[in-house]
Amino acid sequence: MIPPSFTYLRASSVDEALGLAAEHGEDAKYLAGGHSLLPMMKLRLAFPEVLIDLGRIAELSYIRDEGSYVAVGALTRHHDVETSALLASDIPLLAHTAGEVGDPQIRHRGTIGGSVAHGDAASDLPATLLALDASFVIRGAEGTRTVPAAAFFKGIFETAIEPGELLTEIQIPKPARPSAWSFQKFTKRKIDWAIVGVAVQGSSVALINMGLTPLRASAVESALASGASIADAAARAAEGTSAGSDIHATKAYREHLARVLVRRALEEAAARPA
Amino acid sequence: MKVELTVNGKDITAEVEDRTLLVHFLRDTADLTATNIGCDTTSCGACTVLLDGESVKSCTVLAAQADGREVTTLEGLADGSGEMHPVQRAFHTEHGLQCGYCTPGMVMAIVSLLRENPSPTEAEVRDGLEGNICRCTGYHNIVRAALTAAASSAQGAQ
Repeated sequence: MIPPSFTYLRASSVDEALGLAAEHGEDAKYLAGGHSLLPMMKLRLAFPEVLIDLGRIAELSYIRDEGSYVAVGALTRHHDVETSALLASDIPLLAHTAGEVGDPQIRHRGTIGGSVAHGDAASDLPATLLALDASFVIRGAEGTRTVPAAAFFKGIFETAIEPGELLTEIQIPKPARPSAWSFQKFTKRKIDWAIVGVAVQGSSVALINMGLTPLRASAVESALASGASIADAAARAAEGTSAGSDIHATKAYREHLARVLVRRALEEAAARPA
Repeated sequence: MKVELTVNGKDITAEVEDRTLLVHFLRDTADLTATNIGCDTTSCGACTVLLDGESVKSCTVLAAQADGREVTTLEGLADGSGEMHPVQRAFHTEHGLQCGYCTPGMVMAIVSLLRENPSPTEAEVRDGLEGNICRCTGYHNIVRAALTAAASSAQGAQ
């Protein structure tokens, strides 16, 4: 399969990318690793007339210790997040999740910013960043703004990024107990998208593929806060969700999976030695 | 657009359509047909090549994205003397193939895996090959070939 025709442009800086996006408007899309966008174009689910390749913007690939948080450049590849010594010690949930994305070849190309900006409720990193209370730094013609994860994921493949804006950095606060994490993903084959997944950090719980966006399991979190046992809290994992039915699973089965995986995740996070 | 890639150590400059995929560039422009197209959806790994030394699926990379960079295909693994690369030799000795369609991608994925982890466990090899599908299901011998290649490289380095 060959993608539909488009004009390829390459940006070498954030300013140049924003300029090209302003010039070409809604006909243009940013290209990072391309591992979501190119398959969609091959399947004729996306027809951008212009691709603005961000792949050479070296200034957006970094993992920096900022004291209370870690700053990750939007073009940092999954492979680099997965193998970061800083993240392995301070935010192991994020390093582990990056290693769960796709397969090694995909992780050599795909970027954290691309995954997040794509905004797929079935992908791994958005839920983990939601559980970690990450913030997203977005640049546009008007300047820079920072959006908390709770306000970032807005709908199916829809985020707080406005047309022409560019996600430049993800800021992840260091958890008080880095070791209290778990990531559970239920798939039929190793490389598949999660039928349901769960990311836990401390008492924060986020769900993959249980609605139009990644979701916080608020009923579970408030049960835990009021002293409920893990089993009792996990039993509320499907409350407030809106899972769909498809060829992989029914809504009822997804709700069952959410309850089971949340219980396993909370147990594993609690049991992991500091 | 004009792209310049270094493929197996040789510079190749060509005028291509902007939408040209790396796998088509390699097969049709560079005339290197060891790299197979399998699923064409980033799933099966048959089209795996090395981009600046790391495994990628060339059906999901634009030739334009590889512009100015180094690509290694199966044809570029062996040195000029006719000696096979240790991973190729291990596929031969362990009979790591049946129909052979997935083999070029498997070999390149294992070369990349062993660069990142020169002495993997069997579990790490299986994990590392999660992006490569063998439809003959000949995985046992493929995994054995990866472990044999790792052992022979370790020996060679001593």
